[in-house]
Amino acid sequence: MNEFLLVFRRDYITKEEQLSPEELQSSIKLWQDWFGGIAAQNKLARPLQRWDGEGRIVKSNHTITNGPYAEIKEAIGGLIIIKAADYNEAAEIAKGCPILQFGGNVEIRMAISANV
Amino acid sequence: MEERELLPNLFRTEYQKIVSVLCYLFGIDHIEIAEDIVSDTFLSATELWSVKGVPENPTAWLYTVAKNKTKNYLKRNSFFEQKLSAEIKYTANKETEIEIDLSHKNIADSQLAMIFTVCNPVNSNEAQIALALNLLCGFGIQEIADAFLTNKEVVYKRINRAKEKLKSAHIKIEQPTVSEINNRLETVLTTLYLLFSEGYYSTSQNTILRKDLCAEAMRLCYLLIENDRTNKPAVHALLALMCFHSSRFDARTGKNGETILYEDQDETLWSQELIEKGKYFLNNASTGTQLSKYHLEAGIAYWHTQKEDTGEKWENILELYNHLLILEYSPIAALNRTFALSKTNGKREAIIEAEKLNLNNNHFYYSLLGTLYTDLDNKKALQHYETALGLANTVSDKVIITQNIDSLNKKNLPN
Repeated sequence: MNEFLLVFRRDYITKEEQLSPEELQSSIKLWQDWFGGIAAQNKLARPLQRWDGEGRIVKSNHTITNGPYAEIKEAIGGLIIIKAADYNEAAEIAKGCPILQFGGNVEIRMAISANV
Repeated sequence: MEERELLPNLFRTEYQKIVSVLCYLFGIDHIEIAEDIVSDTFLSATELWSVKGVPENPTAWLYTVAKNKTKNYLKRNSFFEQKLSAEIKYTANKETEIEIDLSHKNIADSQLAMIFTVCNPVNSNEAQIALALNLLCGFGIQEIADAFLTNKEVVYKRINRAKEKLKSAHIKIEQPTVSEINNRLETVLTTLYLLFSEGYYSTSQNTILRKDLCAEAMRLCYLLIENDRTNKPAVHALLALMCFHSSRFDARTGKNGETILYEDQDETLWSQELIEKGKYFLNNASTGTQLSKYHLEAGIAYWHTQKEDTGEKWENILELYNHLLILEYSPIAALNRTFALSKTNGKREAIIEAEKLNLNNNHFYYSLLGTLYTDLDNKKALQHYETALGLANTVSDKVIITQNIDSLNKKNLPN
């Protein structure tokens, strides 16, 4: 088993891309069921962590700006670390991620263990 | 109360109180002396009361006699007293005789100290439970053997080994400090939870004994609630969980000792009193910032006290199981979560999720698949139930699986 970082991103800026209050409400169940399904397979590698949506950006000239949005519209919505055999399995799990239903994407990175 | 029942009842309530106080006074090295003195006290009661009649205040009589026997013992064993006085010089005045304090407060303090000693992780969970039954609940070796479906010899050895381990690890019988409570309350709650489960899920046919085990786990849990330092939300949540489960005790066993599954239970046999108590403690548990697994399990158990199959019920149960699994994985929670998912999202989606669970050695897994495939693909359902039957160990599990197979076979008959 390897560990994989799953990062969910989507456009949180463009007005037309935002969820209605009803969609936002029903998305909660989608997320909970997806996390619950991964946990039921015992493939959650770390406890879940929620992240604040505001964020800061530090640029090379040491200026600090509000918001996680650099030059692109996409921002990190959240991330989890799971256990999977390989990229194929991790990608299969990522296919269930609700962010995909809202125009977002999931980036997957395999963790490299320290002793390699 | 009938005189005949008086002594056994007093034994159940008072034995462990006096033992706790004496153990607290003597320290871990002299547990057996404490037990001997208290046993001797009850022996005197049996002899004297049958001749002279029951005294006006039986409990006070027991306390006085236990105190006197302790003082006599200490006088006869001056060496023991010297050693002891050195150890307890903080609590007792050396000039005078050692005071044996059987006040309500000292009993509660002693019991709390004893709970933390008995539930010390230096012993295995199994040994902790046996020791708890013996020292904290006043259960005899035979009763404990019956509960564990084993013989006296095994239990006797297990308890003695557990005591020896506590002694050699120099575990003190003392009031846990506030920081210790935060660290160690969890292991204490685990032991109480297992003690309750031993009674609730035991395959022993002795229903009275099983009820006693559950009642004792609840009593000890309540003891923690009564003490300010251990009166934490998670303890209330655990007690709520126990109340909700216990409420179905009379409904879940048939006349011949067979298990009656939840769906088939006569809910008029569910104890509304215990359900109300459970709600009360769950309400009390809803403070603070920590959400323990007991909160989640109590929530699940609460929804099971609502017999009606509503969408709201199963959505809540699914959400709670999702949380529980994220907090702490267990195969049984994974299976129950998938069952709840079938109720909210439909059987087809649940089958896809179930087949990811990878619990191929677990007969409950195949029983779940059998249930999910029933009416969708009865042939597959039958195959899964048969695999489950091959993997099941206990008679009661086999009986339930066979019932499912029989009812499937009836469905498969041509009309």
